[in-house]
This record gives sequence, structure tokens and C-alpha cells, in this order.
Amino acid sequence: MGLFILKRIGVMLLTALCLTFVVFFLTNLYPNLEKLAKTQGNARMTDAEVSSWLDNNGYGAPMLVRYGEWLGVVPGWTRTDEETGEIRGRCIDFGDDPAEAPRFCGMLQGDLGYSTVSDDEVSNVVGGRLLLTGKLMGWVLIVMIPAALVVGVLAGMREGSRLDRTLSTASIATTATPEYVSGVIFIVLLASSTAGLSPWLTENGWIEGRTLFLGSARSAMEDITFWNFTLPVMTLALYGMGYIARMTRASMAEVMTAQYIRTARLKGVKFRTIVLKHALRNALIAPFTVIMLQIPWLLTGVVIVETLFNYNGFGWTLVQAASNNDIELLMSVSIVAVIVVLATQLISDIGYVYLNPRIRIS
Amino acid sequence: MDPITWTGSLGPLLNPLMLAAIAVFVLGFFAQLLLNFAGVQPGEVQINPDHTLSVARSPNDYALMAMKYSVLLFLACVAVFIVGGIVQPSLEQKGIIGAMGQRFLPVWIAMILIFAVSVTFKRRLGLYGKLFDSPIGMVGFFLVMFWMLTAIFAGLVATHGAIDVVSQMRNEVPGSFMPDPDEGEYLAYLLGGDNLGRDVFSRMVFGAREVLKIAPAATLFAFMVGITLGLPAGYFGGKLDTVLTFIANLVLAFPVILLFYLLVTPEIVASGIPTYMAAVLFLFPIIFFVILFNSRFFTQPFTRNIYIFLTVLIGGWLYLGLAWNSDPLGIISMPGNILIVFVSVVFVNSPTVFRIVRGIVLDIKTRDYVAAGQTRGEGPWYIMLWEILPNARGPLIVDFCLRIGYTTILLGTLGFFGLGVSPESPDWGSTINEGRRLLTIYPHPALPPAIALMTMVLGLNLLADGLREESLRD
Repeated sequence: MGLFILKRIGVMLLTALCLTFVVFFLTNLYPNLEKLAKTQGNARMTDAEVSSWLDNNGYGAPMLVRYGEWLGVVPGWTRTDEETGEIRGRCIDFGDDPAEAPRFCGMLQGDLGYSTVSDDEVSNVVGGRLLLTGKLMGWVLIVMIPAALVVGVLAGMREGSRLDRTLSTASIATTATPEYVSGVIFIVLLASSTAGLSPWLTENGWIEGRTLFLGSARSAMEDITFWNFTLPVMTLALYGMGYIARMTRASMAEVMTAQYIRTARLKGVKFRTIVLKHALRNALIAPFTVIMLQIPWLLTGVVIVETLFNYNGFGWTLVQAASNNDIELLMSVSIVAVIVVLATQLISDIGYVYLNPRIRIS
Repeated sequence: MDPITWTGSLGPLLNPLMLAAIAVFVLGFFAQLLLNFAGVQPGEVQINPDHTLSVARSPNDYALMAMKYSVLLFLACVAVFIVGGIVQPSLEQKGIIGAMGQRFLPVWIAMILIFAVSVTFKRRLGLYGKLFDSPIGMVGFFLVMFWMLTAIFAGLVATHGAIDVVSQMRNEVPGSFMPDPDEGEYLAYLLGGDNLGRDVFSRMVFGAREVLKIAPAATLFAFMVGITLGLPAGYFGGKLDTVLTFIANLVLAFPVILLFYLLVTPEIVASGIPTYMAAVLFLFPIIFFVILFNSRFFTQPFTRNIYIFLTVLIGGWLYLGLAWNSDPLGIISMPGNILIVFVSVVFVNSPTVFRIVRGIVLDIKTRDYVAAGQTRGEGPWYIMLWEILPNARGPLIVDFCLRIGYTTILLGTLGFFGLGVSPESPDWGSTINEGRRLLTIYPHPALPPAIALMTMVLGLNLLADGLREESLRD
């Protein structure tokens, strides 16, 4: 087990290294750097001015060296200004003494760089945004997992029954509805003052305010209420739910055909007891893996939902960083995304081994 | 002039009926649910002593019957609206539903033909024919064919051009009449106008064409790549497998949106990376077919040479045109932004296909017929492509349907973020994105493309489900 985890972590690190390099490579291609130079410096720079700006700001070195600098395994660049004699460098903050600045300053030293769009240290930006997204994800998981498991177990306990067919078709329908479709439909149905349910409810005086829910989650960043946070959570939970429910159904249906369930039935155990006591535990091993692997999927959904509902979390930051080519912010965002993906994979592997007695004991 | 009503002249007659049908359906649904939880089982068939069968109906059965007939009533009402729309002369009488039904006339005719032919000959049509035994599969097939045919007949179905702007029609509600229509022009915007004054209905119809131009082809390419790499990885195993699996996992670990944002920006396009990716990815179909024919006709060099020559000639021609945009004859080309969207969608999809194919091959290669083939001295590629692949077709076809749906969702995501497609493009993702800004005030521009995308993906999912069920049956 220990060796297995070590090996997995090794592969994980290698994957993370490759992925960050790919992101670094794509964000640091010359056209991107040229755009950066023009937005940071002057929009009407000539080609020569662009390349001298890039040289002066440490973008002149070869790609691998700069990746090393960013990673913190190659010393940060320093440059002495020929006219003023001032020493500038990657690791030297403005106004600091160059002699005291550390040699290495990269990801490994905890220095994530400076975001050009937010005009702030990346670490300050990312932390707060992650917290917001964490809240969103937390609520989504709280809603999604129990609902999906209940639907899956109900559908799988009597395979082929009418309840099974109804619930399976419903789960197919939710997997066929991407967030940007269900979000739009929910807003129109529940959060529009001119269409859907809200005008009717207001007319009858059944709700206070003009709409049943709020179509924007901007106010949820300070204060989460049922009114402003239901729609984003519902939108996100719905898409992931169908898949988990189908996996739970498949696993439940398989368990229900097992020998020991038949034995229990023949002994005359009540169906309810069989489902709750005998089948449920074994049926929940496979969904656990699926739930963990679903979290990276939620990441894509988070980007869409946060854009749709104007919730300035991690996904929104990703869009901002990517569309403005904010290189260092984008790098940190992708690191977080990659870590989430790989960590959930690792947890699902370990969890599967741990939960499944057949593998655990042998 | 007042806008057209939704249901036209038939409305006063049929609306109460439809409402009643919906009410009965909802009541029946909850009644059945409650009865189920209360433990009332559906009635069972009993064999009487005189060899007749009788069913003791329980309240549960009546609830189900009520649901069934209310659905049929609802569908019948919709059909009457459509027929009414085709038969009645003026737009006010047709109503919006009727008028749309009339515009879709070519689709209905083609659909009826397809269904009639398929149901008649379903026993001779293999897996496709079996689809018509499963109601879910049929509904899925109907939805998919509806959008396919709409894409084919888009020019006949649409009432206006996809980018025709009439500024007075900005944000007008569904059924609004045009201010001063030209001779022969359609009189109204059936589903209203968007924020620039374009016809929402026509944009939805042309959007189907945009989506179906890319999604199936991209999925097919992803399958070619996945199969060409997945077969040897699963069959040979070893270092090749390790390396390929690592790369596949690498791509899969990438958040899709980040990858799109990195690949589909003008700066990256300027650097030429998408073209190189296209150059690599588009090679796979040619490699696939060359190996396919080479392994099959290895013992007949003349036939083999003809096939390979033709593949390389036609494939190379398409390859030059599509990937490098340098077709010597100047016929085949792909607009730059579509190429990028295409390439990134293929790139994102192929690792998953690779994993599926590899998994299936690992399973099938232990079978006896593979061992028999090896004993006969068949080459590894012959075994992979002509023994293993045909036997893996079931799960692959099912996954193909699902994956077209997923690709449609991905394309919508790209459009939603305004990536890759041109701003006027009528594809569903971009239309939803444009409509969402004024969503709470004018919901009508965003809703039709959203529902269109949903029904199409749902159709593909149901189709896949029906195919899976029917292919498991034998």
C-alpha cells in the first residue's frame, strides 16, 4: 500500500510538472509576450522596442530557463540598468535592497508572482477566490451526493421496474443538460421578473420581492442566502447528479443480483432490510470513485456557472486570467486545477482499495 | 399589429384539452408514486382454470393508464396544431406553434419516410432495425433525426437569414410582425428578435447546421485517433502502453476550459500551433486506413497497392486541404477558426476514446479466437483491426453516440465563452451567450437555442441508451 501511494505520488508530480510546463509554454509563446509587452508598456511599440522591453523584464531568456525560474529551481534573473546602475530582478521587490533579496523565488519558495490584471500578488488573489469557490463546491456536494445516491439506489434496487425506468430517464436528461442550458432555463423560470413562475407568484402575493430566486450570485460573495445561492448550486448539482446516479444504479443493480442477497431473500428478510442493511454498503464502493472523479468535472462547470451568475470565484478568475493573458495568475490557477484533478484521482484510488475488502486484504 | 398568439385559431379549442392532459399526467404521476410507496403493486396476470388470462387491475394500474392516455392526448393536440398550421392560410390562424410546424414540413415528410421504411424493414437492418423495438431508442432517434434533418433543410425551414438584421425588431416578443415586409418575405419573427433584431427562430435553425457540421466529424476523427493508438497500446502493452497512457492521462488531467482558452486565442493561432496539431491529428485517419487495407490484403499485393494508393491519394488531398489549407486543386479548405475549434475538440476527446479502446482490447485479446488467429500466423495488425475491432463495435457505437452529444456540449461551451467562433455565428452556444445578458428581461432569445441543444443531446443519450439495451439483448 505504501509503495503504491508513493508510486502514485511520483506519477502525479511528473504529470503536474508536464502540465504546468505546457501551460507555461502556451502562455509564453512570442505572440502572447508581445501582447503582454504592449499592454504593460505602450500599445504602439515597434518590434525592436517590444523585444527590448521583454529583455528588460526577464522574458528574454530561453523558455526552459524561465520555466525553471518560475518553478524556483533556477536563480531568478537580475539586470543592472546601464544608465542608473539600479539592479532589478525577478526576486527583488520594488524598493528592496538587491543584496538581501533571495536568489530563488518561484513556486517552490511559495512566490506565485504578480497578477497584472488584478494589480496584486497572485497569492492574495487566488486565496480569496478559492474560498468563494470552495463554498460553492461545498454546497453543491452537499446537495448533489445524497440526492444522486438516493436516486441511484431507488432505481437500482429493482432493475427494470417502472421506477427504475423513470429515474434512469430523468438522470439521462440531467446529463444531457449542460450548465449553460439548465442555468438559462432556471433563470427564466425562477428568476425573471417578466417570465416564468415569479410574476405569477408575486401577483398572488406568495413571495416577497419581485422574483422567487435571484439570477445573480454577486451578493452571495458576502452573504450566502437561500435566495441568491439556490440557482447556482442547483445548476451545478444537476449536471453532475445524473452521472453519479447512473453509476450508483449500475452498482446497486449488480449487487442486488449477488448470491448473498438471494440467500437473504430466501430466508425471508424484508426487502427494505435487504436494501438498507445488506446491499447498500457494497453498492456504495463504486460511486465513491465516481464522486471523486466527478470533482474535476465540476471544475469546468464552476467556470460556466460563475460566469453565468457573476460569482467572482476561482472559475471566474480563470476566465479573466486567460482572456487577459495574465501569465502568472493563469499559471497559479492551472496549478490549483491540476492539483485538484490529481489529488481527487489519488484519493479515489486509495479510497477504492481501502473500501473494497477483496483488494484490501489480499 | 398585435403579435401572433402561440396557438392561433385552434387555441380556444385545444388549450383546455392540453392543460387537462398535463393536469391528469401530473396527478397520475403523484398518485402512482404514492401508491407505490404505500405498497400497492400493479395488478398481475392470472391464468384461470379454463386457460384464459385475466388481470386484476389495481388503482396503480389506473393511475398508469391515466398517465399514458394523457401523454397520447397531449401529443395528439400537438399534431393537430401542426396539421392546422399546415392547412390554415393566415398566420393569425396558424399561431406560432402551427406556423413553426408548417416551416418544419420538409423535416416531417422526411421523418415519416425514414420511420416508415425503417419500421417496415426493421428485421433486416441489424442493430439499427432493433432500435425500433425500444421506445426510448425510438424517441432518441426521433430527436436526433429531427435536428439532422433540420440542419439539412435549414434553408427551407428558416424564415429569414441567420444574420439579417431588422432594427425595429430588436427584442420583440415571439410572433411579432415585421414592420414593412418586402415582397415574398416572411411576415413575422416566429420566436421574436434578439438584441440586434435578428430572427431567433432562423438562427436556431441555422445553428443546428453549424453544430452538426462539426460535432459528428470531430467525434469521428477523435475515434480514428483513439482507435489507432488504443489498439496497439492494449494489444502490445509494455513501454508503448505506459507512454501512451501517461500522455492520455496528461490531457485528461487538463481542465477542458483552460485548454480551450489556451488553444483558441488569436495569439496562439498566430503562432501556428493549431495548424501543427491539425497536421498531426489529421494524419491518423490516413494511417488507420493504410494499416487497415495493408493488413487485409497483405497476401494480394496488387489489390493492396490499389487500395493504399487510393487512400493515400484521396487522404493526402483532403489532408493538404484541411490541415494545411494548401489544396493543389483549391477545392477543399477549412476556415481558420473552424479548424481550431475542430482540432481542440478532437484533441480533448481522443484520450477518452483511447482509454475505452484500450480497455476493450485488454479484455478481448484473452479470448480464444484471438489465440486461434495468432496460431494461424495472422499478423498483429490483422488481429487488431479485423478480429478485435469488429467485436468491439457494440460499446464503440454506443460511446460514439454519447460522444457526439458530449462534443455538442463542448462546442456550446466554446460558443458560450465566445471562443473560436465568429461573433455572428448562429451556433447555439454563442446565441445562448448573447441572450443571457438580458435574460431576466427578455428571455426569448436565449431559450430556443438552449432547448434545441438540450433536446439534441438528450436525443443522442437516449439513442445510445436504446442501442446499448438492444445490443446487450442478443
